[in-house]
Amino acid sequence: MSETATPSFPKHLLDFRDWNRRQVESLLETAQMMQEVLARPVKKVPALTGFTVATVFFEPSTRTRISFELAARRMSADVVSFSGTTSSTVKGETYRDTLRTLDQMGIDAYILRTDAAGVPYQAHSWLHKPVINAGDGWRAHPTQALLDAFTLREKLGSLEGKKIAIVGDILHSRVARSNAELLPMLGATVVACGPAPLLPGSLPGAALTTSLREALYEADAVMVLRLQKERMEKGLLPSLPEYIAAYQVNRERLGWAKPGAPLLHPGPMNRDVELEGTLADSPQSLVERQVANGQAVRMAVLYHVLVGKS
Amino acid sequence: MKGDVLIKNAKLVDGRGVHGTADVLIGEGRILSLSGGEAPTVLDATGMILSPGFFDPHAHLREPGQEVKEDLQSGLTAAARGGYTDIVSMPNTTPVVDNAEIVAALKKKAAQIKQARLHPAAALTQGQEGKVLSEAHQLQAAGAVMLTDDGKTNEDAGVLAQGLLYAASWGLVVSVHAEDAGLRRNGVMNEGSVSFRLGLPGNTGYAESARIARDLEVVRYVRDRLANSVSAQGLLHIQHLSTKRGLELIRQAKQEGLPVTTEVGPHHLTLTDEALNGLNPIYKVAPPLRTQSDVEALIEGLLDGSIDCIGTDHAPHTQDEKELDLLRAPFGIPSLEVCWPLLYTELVEKRGFPLAVLVARFTDGPRRILGFPPLHLEEEAEASLVLWDPHSQRPVEPQTFASKAKFSPWAGWQLKGWPVCTLVEGRRVFALE
Repeated sequence: MSETATPSFPKHLLDFRDWNRRQVESLLETAQMMQEVLARPVKKVPALTGFTVATVFFEPSTRTRISFELAARRMSADVVSFSGTTSSTVKGETYRDTLRTLDQMGIDAYILRTDAAGVPYQAHSWLHKPVINAGDGWRAHPTQALLDAFTLREKLGSLEGKKIAIVGDILHSRVARSNAELLPMLGATVVACGPAPLLPGSLPGAALTTSLREALYEADAVMVLRLQKERMEKGLLPSLPEYIAAYQVNRERLGWAKPGAPLLHPGPMNRDVELEGTLADSPQSLVERQVANGQAVRMAVLYHVLVGKS
Repeated sequence: MKGDVLIKNAKLVDGRGVHGTADVLIGEGRILSLSGGEAPTVLDATGMILSPGFFDPHAHLREPGQEVKEDLQSGLTAAARGGYTDIVSMPNTTPVVDNAEIVAALKKKAAQIKQARLHPAAALTQGQEGKVLSEAHQLQAAGAVMLTDDGKTNEDAGVLAQGLLYAASWGLVVSVHAEDAGLRRNGVMNEGSVSFRLGLPGNTGYAESARIARDLEVVRYVRDRLANSVSAQGLLHIQHLSTKRGLELIRQAKQEGLPVTTEVGPHHLTLTDEALNGLNPIYKVAPPLRTQSDVEALIEGLLDGSIDCIGTDHAPHTQDEKELDLLRAPFGIPSLEVCWPLLYTELVEKRGFPLAVLVARFTDGPRRILGFPPLHLEEEAEASLVLWDPHSQRPVEPQTFASKAKFSPWAGWQLKGWPVCTLVEGRRVFALE
C-alpha cells in the first residue's frame, strides 16, 4: 500500500500485511489520545455512537475480550458477545454459518478469536464488514503486538535500532509472529529465542537462536512468552524444571540485557516458570502497563476501522 | 627439565601419522617434552609404540543395577587394560541413566576408581521409553556427553526429531541403535544362507539400512528446521554399523554434508555369521554378525573415513546367561580388553591397514564426535596415553580379563599390539606385570 499525505486505513486488522509504518504510527498516536481519554474522570467519548460491535470468540479468553468490550463501550458503541464454547458451535454449526447468522443482525464490526489460523481472513470474505483479529491460532494477534509496541515506545522512545528479545515457545506463539511482523516495521531488531523444538524453521522479521544468552545480550527490552504445559505432554520439552533451568528469564540472566531493560509478558503468566516471579513485580516489569495500554490501543483500532480517518 | 615419568625411546603414532622415536617426559599431567629430561620413574619403551589414549564412544558398564554382569570398577579397569583412557557408558541400566543425579553419581564414583575416565551417555527419552524427552540441559551440566536410547530402537521418528532438535540446543550428539524393529523381528542372527540352514530366526541387514535411511531423513529435516537458528546443529551418531548397505547410505549422506557420524565394532570387522555354525550363543550380538562382503565394506569404510571411529559396544553378560540357548541368551560381546590388539593384528598386521588411520579411529575420531579436541603427541598435550607392544604375540585368555565377562569369541586368537602401560593425565592406571 502506498504512503500518502493523509493515510487512509485498511478497514480491517487481520495482521499487518496491509499496513505500513505510517499507518501504524498514526494509529499509535490515536492510541495516545485514547490514553488521555482513559485518564479522565468520565472515561467515555461519543465517537462510535450508533455502531454495534460483536466480539466473537470461538476460543476462550477473558482478558482480551474484556479489553475489547471496554474499549468499544468507552467510545459509546453497542457491544454484543458471542462465545463459541457456550453457544451454537457446540451444536455443530460451522464458523461460516455462525458468522453469517450474526451478520443478519446488523453488526458493524467483528472482533474475532479462533483456534485456527486464517479464520479472520475467511470471515472477512464472508462478511464484507470490518474484522479485527483478536488472535487466530498460532498465526497473529495484531492488537497484542500494537499494545506491545505502544508500551515499548512509551518506555524507550523510538524503536529505531532497538533490540527486542522474545523468549519462549516461539513456534506456537501468535504474539511472537505478530511482534516479528510489527516491531521491525517500526525500526526494531527482533531476536526470537527458545529451545529448538519450540522454534520455527524460519520467522520473517526475526533472527532465531536457541541461545538465551545470545538473545538477551545487550537487548533493549525482553518479552517473555507463556509456556503451555501441554508442550511437555506433546513431547516437545522434557519437563518444567528443565525449562526453568535452561530458559527461565531470571534476575541473573536479565543482567545480560541492557541495564534496566524493560520486561514484557502478554499474560497470563506462569509465575516462576518462564519468568522469575519477583521480576514480574519489579520496576523493570511493564506487564501491568501492557494491560492498561491494551484498552487504549484497541480503542484506536476500533476507531480507525469504523470511522477511518486520523 | 624434571617430570614424573620418562618414557624412553618410544615410537610415536597418533592420529596425524607415524612419527619417529622420542623420549617423552611427563609431568603435571601433561607431556612436558619430547626430548627427554629427568624423572623418578623411567620406562624403557624400546620397540614399543606410544599413542594417545583410546576413547570408546560405546560401552556397556552395567552400573547401576546390573553389577552381576559388570560394574564401574571392573569395566573401567578392563578399559585401562585395553589401552582406553576414556569410556562412554550406555544408559540402559537399572534404573536407566535419565536424570542428572545418576549421571553425577556415576561420574563421582568413576573418579574415585581412578582407572579409565567415565563419560556417561544419558537416555534420550525418560526411562528410554521413547516418549518424553530427558532433561538434556541438566544432564549435560552433570557430565553427560551423549544422548541415546541404545538398547532400544527409536521407533517414533517424531520423538527422535524432537530429541535431535532439543539436543542441538546444547550441542549434544544423539546416538541411535539403527534397526527397524518390525523388520528385524525376533532375529537372533543375520538372516541369510546360514540362518536358513541352521533354522534360526534371522535379522535382515535391511532392518539396519531401512532405519538408517529413515534416520538420515530425520537429520535432513532437523538440519532444515535449524537452518536459521545460528547456534544449533542436530548431530546424529549411528552406532555399531554392520552392513555394507548402511555404510553406503552414510557415505552418501556425509558427501552431502549431513552432520552424521558412525562407528563400527571389533566383532563386525573380524567375524561373520559363519561363526554361528558352531551354534554357540557367544556369537549372538545385535546387530548380528554379517557376511564377509559386509566385513570387507566396513574395513573399506573405516579406511576412507566414512566410518569415523571404533566403538567396542562392549556388552558383558554372565557366563550363565551366555550359556542359555540361542533363542534366549542375551545379545552382546565383551571386547574392551582385546579391541586394540585384535584390530592391530587383523587389520594392520594381516591386511596392511595404515596404522595411523587405525589410531585416529581410536582417538581423534570418537573425540571429534563428542566435541573433545583432538589429542596428539606434542608438548603441552594432556598425558593420557597408551604404550603398546607391536611385536610380542600372545593368545586371548578371557579368564584373565578384568571384566566380569570372562568369555570371548576371540579366545585363543594369537594377537600382537597388547597395551603395556596406560596413563591418564600422567598417572599410570595400568602397567603390564
